[in-house]
Amino acid sequence: MSENIGMFGASGSGDTSGFGGLVRSAANFGSSERPYGSYFDDVADELERAYPEFSDAIEKVIVDRGELTLHIKREKLFETAMKLRDTESLLFEVCLGVNGVHYPEDKNRELHAVYPLLSMTHNRRIRLEVSVPDSDPHLPSLVEVWAGNNWHERETWDMFGIIFDGHPGLTRILMPDDWPGHPQRKDYPLGGIPIEYKGATVPAPSERRSYR
Amino acid sequence: MTLHDAYASATETTEGRVYSVTGGDWDSLVTEIGQTKEERVVVNMGPQHPSTHGVLRLILELEGETITEARAGIGYLHTGIEKNTEYRTWTQGVTFVTRMDYLAPIFNETAYCLGVEKLLGITNDIPERASQIRVLMMELNRISSHMVALGTGALELGALSPMIFAFREREKVLDVFEMVSGLRMNMAYVRPGGVAQDLPKGAVAKIRETVKELRHNFRDNEKLLVGNTIWMMRTKGIGYLDLAGCTTLGITGPVLRSAGMPWDLRKTDPYCGYEGYDFDVITTDTCDVYGRFLIRMQELEQSLRIIEQACDKLDKSEGQPVMVADKKIAWPSQLSVGSDGMGNSLEHIREIMGTSMESLIHHFKLVTEGFRVPAGQVYAAVESPRGETGVHLVSDGGTRPYRVHFREPSFNNLQATSAMAEGGMIADIIGAVASIDPVMGGVDR
Amino acid sequence: MGLEEKLPAGFALTSVEKLAGYMRKNSLWPATFGLACCAIEMMAFGGGRYDAARFGMEVFRASPRQADLMIVAGRVSNKMAPVLRQIYDQMAAPKWVIAMGACASSGGMFNNYAIVQGVDHVVPVDIYLPGCPPRPEMLMDAILKLHEHIGSEKLGVNREQVIREVEAAALAAKPTHQLKGLLT
Repeated sequence: MSENIGMFGASGSGDTSGFGGLVRSAANFGSSERPYGSYFDDVADELERAYPEFSDAIEKVIVDRGELTLHIKREKLFETAMKLRDTESLLFEVCLGVNGVHYPEDKNRELHAVYPLLSMTHNRRIRLEVSVPDSDPHLPSLVEVWAGNNWHERETWDMFGIIFDGHPGLTRILMPDDWPGHPQRKDYPLGGIPIEYKGATVPAPSERRSYR
Repeated sequence: MTLHDAYASATETTEGRVYSVTGGDWDSLVTEIGQTKEERVVVNMGPQHPSTHGVLRLILELEGETITEARAGIGYLHTGIEKNTEYRTWTQGVTFVTRMDYLAPIFNETAYCLGVEKLLGITNDIPERASQIRVLMMELNRISSHMVALGTGALELGALSPMIFAFREREKVLDVFEMVSGLRMNMAYVRPGGVAQDLPKGAVAKIRETVKELRHNFRDNEKLLVGNTIWMMRTKGIGYLDLAGCTTLGITGPVLRSAGMPWDLRKTDPYCGYEGYDFDVITTDTCDVYGRFLIRMQELEQSLRIIEQACDKLDKSEGQPVMVADKKIAWPSQLSVGSDGMGNSLEHIREIMGTSMESLIHHFKLVTEGFRVPAGQVYAAVESPRGETGVHLVSDGGTRPYRVHFREPSFNNLQATSAMAEGGMIADIIGAVASIDPVMGGVDR
Repeated sequence: MGLEEKLPAGFALTSVEKLAGYMRKNSLWPATFGLACCAIEMMAFGGGRYDAARFGMEVFRASPRQADLMIVAGRVSNKMAPVLRQIYDQMAAPKWVIAMGACASSGGMFNNYAIVQGVDHVVPVDIYLPGCPPRPEMLMDAILKLHEHIGSEKLGVNREQVIREVEAAALAAKPTHQLKGLLT
């Protein structure tokens, strides 16, 4: 996922010498193998049954900490979502909103959009994740599948710059309408100001020396 | 027509003549508009308004008194909390996260801590007493949040006394919060691994007494509003949103339960030991404002039941730890009240300075660096007074979160304003928004 | 218009000041500007236990034209700042502003792109009230201090004198960075 180089960091061996000599690379999750455990196998089977081209829609399946994450290709996102919502045995009627995550080191897959889904009928939760590159941040809008995604997609556009094609009105929702930039991206500064005290200045939180 | 009015300047646009009104004579404006044969009036119930539950902007297109289109403008309280947490340790994130939905701070904290504990893998190691205290605080918070919802909802519809009664009860609950955590609001009490400190002596007895008083005093509001003709005329049939509308909009909480669906995360996906408590999930099937009001009133009684059961359990688990045993995660907050306020207790200081080197190291590393959370992502949810508060946490293996995103129920629920308001009258949208009970801090984060 | 133009000078002015101050402070009407968590404590201040009505302040006027006091309670985001200024402009003089809470006084814990770092960037503030959120009793203390301030406010020629003195002091004041703190 990311490589952290620099001061004050250690993991595993507990070495705290730091000072530019440490390179710590975070784990990049590979796909999980079947059987996934609990109801995840059922979900995967049902989806394959309902949607035979499912296997090329999926990039990887991750089962981690008791949760199932399906990484979907963006071209198949709309169909997968429809199938997940409409198939009797799956019936994920509720989408708990879109969320964006920005991974600047993940070249060509920088912007991820995460959709947690909930099936009230079967009491199941899964997560869909789609990755898009920075150069072409377009995703199909899922407002027709789950109407509640309307504001969530506007928020993801506002905060990350992911453009949802087919959205009825993709405008800024949290920031003022003419705000430049997308604040929650990693390359957008926190924007704090240094705080002045009598005889001293405390820099803004993003500038302070701190542990990683 | 006069384009020189100091109070209502008019400009010609492609859409027609647009009047900007910032105070002035309503009659002259109406006559001017009437002469242009256009019936539509766009009224902005702007962000500063007594009845919009916080800084919510309602843009209404009116035909007479009927609303033809309603849009909600939000973002006036956007604080960038989610980005701020990326520059703080996992424990410091609690103080940020607690200020999102400021009427239910414990729920924000608990959802966040459940997520962090899931990432750490210590969900089963949380001591029982910590879970019991969390349940106690959550249910007390549910009561105080519903009191504000009822009070301000009634105030917006014109009933002034319920507000005073509701805030009187809320003060009793806030007294309990102050006794337990030191603060009335935004306590930062629930920390990853447990709670910050144990209940003080005599707390359980005081809580039992408070429960008795509350149970007696809730009847005041009940007598005023339940069955009150005027109240029922203002709220029955208003703000209609049926089950299909609720599920497609992703709406949870009292609004969903007023459509007849008994969906409550405390029963369907229990956390913090809720499966050991005996309580009912209140539903009505009228899908209107009156139904949601009744649900909130009855949930108060259910919360009192849970609090009494929690008090019994706390009596039995007296003396047990309230933080996870792993010293590399447990926040070193052995606190007590000294001459200059609340701080680390003298025994703890004696221990870390005199006796135990490990305690000193743990205290130092935890406070300056924070604990490391293994990489991955997780979604944890709790049932807050407004619906499902979910948190999506992404960790890159470090001491700071990589991404914290809150799925606030008010954000989703507020999307229903258009569905509830269009076709009704202006007075009804106030009731509809009050029944959704949005908290703008949660909507805008 | 009104009182300010028809003022006498000298001894008679002092009596008028006392009377006007007494009247103004005893029925300050707050404008509702509750934004976030501090607004809830402000509502609690208006509630039964910390009774605002004893100061004549239980009527939170929604219309700024009828209000004297704007209690900015909560964090002011960049989107809300123009609205704040417009409401302040719509209030009729004499008007006072209390910045309630850490976020209104200085941006509080939210030192970032979205929050105005102190409402004194937008409106002139008379009383800063720290706290997160400040207890209703702290708000009462701030309002009582404001009452003292209002009760002793100068009018007419005395007021112009005071304004000149305050401006001269501000121009000659040492910047914060050169003041001596606890550690320097």
